[in-house]
Amino acid sequence: MDAKTEKSNLIEGATGAWEMVIGLEVHAQVSSESKLFSGASTEFGGEPNSHVSLVDAAMPGMLPVINEGCIAQAIRTGLGLKAQINLTSVFDRKNYFYPDLPQGYQISQFKDPIVGEGEVIVDLLSGERVIVGIERLHLEQDAGKSLHDQHPQFSYVDLNRSGVALMEIVSRPDIRSSEQARAYVSKVRTILRYLGTCDGNMEEGSLRADVNVSVRRPGEELGTRCEIKNVNSIRFIGQAIEYEARRQIEILEDGGKIDQQTRLFDAKTGETRAMRSKEEAHDYRYFPDPDLLPLELSQEFVDGIAASLPELPDEKRARFIADYGLTPYDADVLVAERESVDYFEAVAKGRDAKQAANWVINELFGRLNKEGVNVVDSPVSADQLGSIVDLIKANTISGKIAKDVFDIAWTEGGDPAEIVEARGLKQVTDTGAIKKAVDDVIAANPEKVEQAKEKPAMVGWFVGQVMKATQGKASPQAVNELLKAKLGI
Amino acid sequence: MSVDRATVHRIASLARLAITEEEAEQLEKELSGIFDWVAQLDELDTSAVEPMTRVAAMTMRLRKDEVTDGFYADDIVKNAPKVDDHYFVVPKIIE
Repeated sequence: MDAKTEKSNLIEGATGAWEMVIGLEVHAQVSSESKLFSGASTEFGGEPNSHVSLVDAAMPGMLPVINEGCIAQAIRTGLGLKAQINLTSVFDRKNYFYPDLPQGYQISQFKDPIVGEGEVIVDLLSGERVIVGIERLHLEQDAGKSLHDQHPQFSYVDLNRSGVALMEIVSRPDIRSSEQARAYVSKVRTILRYLGTCDGNMEEGSLRADVNVSVRRPGEELGTRCEIKNVNSIRFIGQAIEYEARRQIEILEDGGKIDQQTRLFDAKTGETRAMRSKEEAHDYRYFPDPDLLPLELSQEFVDGIAASLPELPDEKRARFIADYGLTPYDADVLVAERESVDYFEAVAKGRDAKQAANWVINELFGRLNKEGVNVVDSPVSADQLGSIVDLIKANTISGKIAKDVFDIAWTEGGDPAEIVEARGLKQVTDTGAIKKAVDDVIAANPEKVEQAKEKPAMVGWFVGQVMKATQGKASPQAVNELLKAKLGI
Repeated sequence: MSVDRATVHRIASLARLAITEEEAEQLEKELSGIFDWVAQLDELDTSAVEPMTRVAAMTMRLRKDEVTDGFYADDIVKNAPKVDDHYFVVPKIIE
């Protein structure tokens, strides 16, 4: 067994335990205005073939000119993945024919990618931590889009996506379960979104993954792998792996052997199936693109990007735990989405971070989840929630009343301080008024006072009486303290 | 010959070229001739020579990330044999 083998991840087959070995190629669309080698727009959803230049349509004589912004984004991503940045990299042609690939080749990076080895720390819900190695990240062109449901005899091709920059992030086969694979893709997505290098929108295809799965007896040599192409949701990645691993185990246990194959995941059935077998194995005949010189970058260019990196999820998580005393679980929940963490940090700024975290996670996220609302559309803004936390801190309202105020702010809106004022929700902290109520209760109950001196727990009865006299708006804490002083307990 | 008949057919099929057996025979000779000629370079020891990546002392020109092109779908599909609603229309791709 190697270091990554965990008993809990093994699958029990009919003839003993099996281990999955998984590697992922994540294709992330670079956030940029224009394409990798042309000035056409990358915007999603344009009219067919409107975001296409003569370069993207591969008209004869057109020459690619590389987009500096895309290079910077790839380096930024490499730095975020704690990876080696290669100051010299080369663009190659990957040759194949397909109707949505007008050039007849994809410009990609084969031997000399822009980013080399790195790593991603993946924390699972169980508290388990897995380090997934990154083998490389390279830049390449996306292909166009084929539509097959427009006509019974024909396919329709739209080249708007053709030439948009993609980053292919290749992991090492360090992943041992579908849960780890899902957590890994989520983490990569989170990092990309923090960096602003990919919007991570899986529905629009901005992030998709090719999943390599093989199985073996724990500790034995790697088995033959199958590649599941183009899986476009994190849930589907998990389903595809589970199905594929079990399919392979079944074949092996029946004495068969695995054919190395490219497969597709069918979201409707939850199964993987072989793509139509090609007459011969892929032979992409990579060679350096003669239209493009090697890409040479200066260390200063890379250092400039490094200096502008935001705080990343791992660092934020560590800081929340160390400085704010948050639990690892709470820290994970907060850092998972950039928008969530921005919200939390706005609430926590200048306030008790632990209390801010409690309010954001329990009240806000609870309510957002329940009503299916994204944090960016939250009816209660970070300012409003911060103001509620302030009101509690200042003893203006109790924690219980604060939940009512939150509900009012959620459903009706408004400034929490004004809500409290207008609805008379203020805690009575005026010690004069509380003192009077305390004195009245003490004066009216001399026997109870004697009893309380014997039995200090009796103070609870007095608190109740005072609260009743003040219609629940007295600060229970203030009442408690005053009573103890007066009763001498 | 350094390039055999099967290789000729394989290259033709990867390049989507339909060739006759006569053409294959001719290409086998021509390609072998080219390969043998280029193979003469193997006689030199180049292990200590950096591969040449450019003929002029130039580095790659970079472009700013701005939208400067596109928005002429009419022109893009103008030469296409079949078009519908600015889409290229091609024989059904079965996968």
